[in-house]
Formats: sequence, C-alpha cells, structure tokens
Amino acid sequence: MILLQVVVSGLLMGAVYALFSSGLTLIWGMMNVVNFAHGDFVMLAMYVAFFAYTLFHLGPAIFIPAAAALLFVLGVVVYMALVRHIARGPMLAQILGTFGLALVLRYAAFWAFSANFVSLPDTLVGGTFDLGGLRIEASRLLGGVLALVITIGLHLVLTRTMLGSRLLAVAEDRSAAMLMGIRPDRMQALAWGVGAAAAGVAGALIALFFYISPTVGESLTLIAFVVVCLGGFGSVPGALIAGLTIGVIQALSAYLLGAVYQDAVVYALFLLVLWVRPQGLMGSAA
Amino acid sequence: MTRRIGIAILCGFVLIAGWPLLTEDVFLQRIGALVLLAAISASAWNLIGGYAGQVSLGHAAYFGTGAYAALVVYDQLGWPPIAGAPVGVVVSLALAAIVGTPTFRLRGHYFTMATIAEAELIRILASNWALLGAAVGLMGPAVPRGIADLSFISPLPYYYLFLAVLVMLLWLTWMMQRSRMGFYLAAIRGGDRAARSLGVPVLRYKLYALLLSAGFTSLAGTLYAVMVGFIDPDSGLGILLSVKMVIIAALGGAGTLFGPLVGAIILIPLEQLTNDVFGGSGTGITFIVYGAIIVLIARFQPGGMAEIWRHVIARAARRRAA
Repeated sequence: MILLQVVVSGLLMGAVYALFSSGLTLIWGMMNVVNFAHGDFVMLAMYVAFFAYTLFHLGPAIFIPAAAALLFVLGVVVYMALVRHIARGPMLAQILGTFGLALVLRYAAFWAFSANFVSLPDTLVGGTFDLGGLRIEASRLLGGVLALVITIGLHLVLTRTMLGSRLLAVAEDRSAAMLMGIRPDRMQALAWGVGAAAAGVAGALIALFFYISPTVGESLTLIAFVVVCLGGFGSVPGALIAGLTIGVIQALSAYLLGAVYQDAVVYALFLLVLWVRPQGLMGSAA
Repeated sequence: MTRRIGIAILCGFVLIAGWPLLTEDVFLQRIGALVLLAAISASAWNLIGGYAGQVSLGHAAYFGTGAYAALVVYDQLGWPPIAGAPVGVVVSLALAAIVGTPTFRLRGHYFTMATIAEAELIRILASNWALLGAAVGLMGPAVPRGIADLSFISPLPYYYLFLAVLVMLLWLTWMMQRSRMGFYLAAIRGGDRAARSLGVPVLRYKLYALLLSAGFTSLAGTLYAVMVGFIDPDSGLGILLSVKMVIIAALGGAGTLFGPLVGAIILIPLEQLTNDVFGGSGTGITFIVYGAIIVLIARFQPGGMAEIWRHVIARAARRRAA
C-alpha cells in the first residue's frame, strides 16, 4: 500500500515535470538550442505565485494564468534579446548565453528574495482525499491533473492546429518554411514564449505544494534535460511519458534509499541512457 | 609592431613574476595568489574545453577530487596535505577515463549536460560520504607541524608555488599546441565528423586532452586545499566552480594560450571588489556579475578578449600599411 502511495505521488509530481519539460523540448526541437535557464524560469513562476498570494491575496485561479503570461513575455524577450543572436554562433557561446542567464536569474532572486525557503500556506488548496486507504493531498492532485491536461493540450495545439503546423514546419526545415510564407523568426519567438509559459504554469502549480527557494531551479533544469533526453528531443508525448517515469523513479528512490539520493538516481539513469543511446530512449537517430 | 608587442608581453611577465614584491599589502599579494590559482584551473579546463572544443561544465569533479585527496590523506593518515596531490591526480585520471570514454560519443550540448550530471552525481555522493566529512567537510592541520604542511601566513610562498605550476602547465600547453596533438584537437574542435574523415583518431585524442586537463584541475584543487585548509561539498565540488573555470577561460579567450590567465587577471580582482563592496550578500552579487559577463560575451564577443586583441593588432597593421 505504501508503495502504491509512493507511486501515485511520483506520478503527480511527474506530470508537473512533464509540463515544464514539454516547454524545453519545444524550444529544443524548434531550433536545437538548449535553455540552461529553464529550471530558473520555473523558479521565477513559483515566486510569482508566492507574491501574488502574499502581497495581493490572489488565488490559484488568478496566479496560474498570470505566471503563464509573465513567463511568456520573458521567453519572448529572452529570445529576441539573446537567443536569436547566439543560436548560430559557436557552441561555447550558445552554452554560456543561457547559462549566464540562469546565473543572473538565480542570484538576482537570491539577492531580492533572500535564500530562505518559503511556501504557500497548506490551506490554499486544502484537504486530503482518501481513496480506499490511498491518501492524496488536494494540492498535489490539482497540480498533477492540471499539468497533465495542459501538457496534452499543448500536444494537441502542436499537432492539430494551423499554428502548430507552422511551428513544426519551422522546426523541420527553416528555409522550406520560409518559402511557404512562414516567418521563422516569429515562430521561434513564439516557441520560446510558449516554452517559458509552460515552465510558468508548472512553477505556479509546484508552488501549491512545494517549498520555494532561489536555487530550486538548478535541479529542475537538470530534471528537464533528463526528461527531454529520455523522451526524445522535440517530442511532447515523449516528454509526458518520460516525465511521469522520472517522477515515479524519483519517488521510489527517495522512499527506498532516502531523499538525499533521489536526484542522484535520476542523474545516474540519465548518464546510462546517454551512454547507451545518445539520441535518447524514444528519439530517432537524427 | 611585433617588437612592440614582444616588449609588452615581456613587461607582462616581469610584472607577474615580481607582483608580490611590488606591494607590501598582504591583501593584494593574496589576490595575486588567487589569480594564479584560478588561471591554473581555467588553463587546465582550456585544454579540453578550449583547444578540443568540448565544453565541460563538470570540471568541479576533478578539482574536488584533488582538494579532498589533500585533506583525506591528512585526516586519515596524518600526511601533509600536499602528499594528496598524486593521489588526487591518479583518482582524477581514473575518473576521467571511466566517465570520459562513453561521454565523448556525445556532441555539443549533450556532452555539456552529461558533464553537469556527472559532477552533480559526485557532489551528492560526497555530501553523504563520512570519509569525506559528508556535508560538513574536512579541515587541514590547524597548526603547521612542519614545513611540509605548506601552511604559511604570508601569501608569498603560495604565489610562487602557483606560478611554478602555471608556468609548467602553460609550457606543456604550448608544446601541445605546436605538436601533432595540437592540430588534431583543432580539427576536432571544427567538428567530429570532419576530423574523423581527415584520419584523426577523435576519441583517443579527446581522451588525451581530458586526461591532461583533469590531472591539472585536480592539482589546482590540491593547491587550493593546501592554501585554504578547508573543503566542503560546495567549495570543492559545486557547479559554480566549473562555471568559474569556463567563464575565466571564455573571457580571456578559450583555446588560446594566455586567454585563461588574462581572464583570471580581470575576473578574480573584480570578484574581490564586488565581495568588498556588497559585503555579506556579496557571493550572490558576484554571481549576478558573472552571469551578466558571460551573457555579454556570448552575445557580443564569443571569442573573448583574445578576439578584441586580434582586432587591435589587425587595425594597427592596416594603419601601418596605409
């Protein structure tokens, strides 16, 4: 029974991982540029939720869309001001560009919000469900289910709408898309906006049941990389499956080995997968 | 023109060799020693990250191995910390060979991410390993028991010890640059596939570069532990250590002989300055500055200071020709 409890809470956390990782996989698949600041985007969204509640008494129904909107703007600005210029530069510049951004965001948060852990009150989304002995906190359930729904929604938008087709066309072949009258620059800016907004929603959702600190983004970035590598670069369904898997593996290793090793197990697994299949578990050899 | 540049470089050498004798100020002497130490680790990173173009963000693992080796041999066996140097180098080489070989099949970002994951994995394991003092860390000898402990109040001995190591490392790098290996690495930096088609044994030479790099990074870690006498998971294995090596090398010019030294001369005093100005919360501000610097380098000057230097020379040459 305890094991089932662990698996369920792992799945709920995994759904949130899947959501922000879908944002990263979209950016990555679009232009083959990595965002080393992705976890720090999530961290910023957590603070948006925290301050929306503590300063303005706004509830989740407001601060989740607000975090999405703010992060969308941040994503577009980062693309226009930085990523656009380094995307075709040398590898070192690509890596340093977004990594530097991660440092700036992380330590600006450190400086502005202090290193102390904060959290939203438990009662914000209160209550615990009891499903035949299986106890699930309402906040985790809300976070997990909403994340799952939005991730699937993102996948549908990408595959079933005109806008999604345009985005994927640019990802597939930039110059062919240009000949079809699509402006790649605009689509890539949009991809960064949507990718960051996914991190924004995920951050606001995690804030419902998780502690908030300026450095939380570091491990979240790595987790997003692991999920994207496992799920295949650019694949939202892949990110969904991989996110849920990583959530469960993390929860199980925390239960079996102790919480300090939960990230270590995930990193070790990540390295093994990269070593055996450099293109990812579900990715094709591209 | 070349003569004037030669004189400028010579002046630079004399200044570096004589720096701690020019000033009585212990604080400035100490900064000098820290600059050289940072230059050693950044130059070591430069071998794999600059010359071979494989951007590692996991070099803290090797630095930490060297640093921990120094204080573990003291803590467990009572040896002077510097005796940990060969231990650290051997362990680092083994580590580099074990994790490097499979990782080198990865290209670009994937390689970088794998190095981060490796280093973070090692940091988590070290934080929970009693032999390494777990989360608390290890201390060196509180009172020097003899000259072999290399525990001095004045920064001067450290300065010249670090200078000797740096000169050795730069000399090796220079020899490597002019040898067959230098050309192989330049080809690898241009792209794995192209290098392979030229007949370069890509994996083998990446591994050589990593071994050389890991060995010297480990030595830098040992020297750090000898001077500071304390190590914990954050100061020895934190990701920011790796980042610092990369920033310093990239600022001066990755893949150039003196780039990392120039980067260290600019960045380390800047770091001390921001720590002084902003006091207690200084470390946070320092990393905001670091982040901003690398964003600006990436955006506007991917070649680092070396690129600016080349422009200056080229312009001067044009003016002479005109």
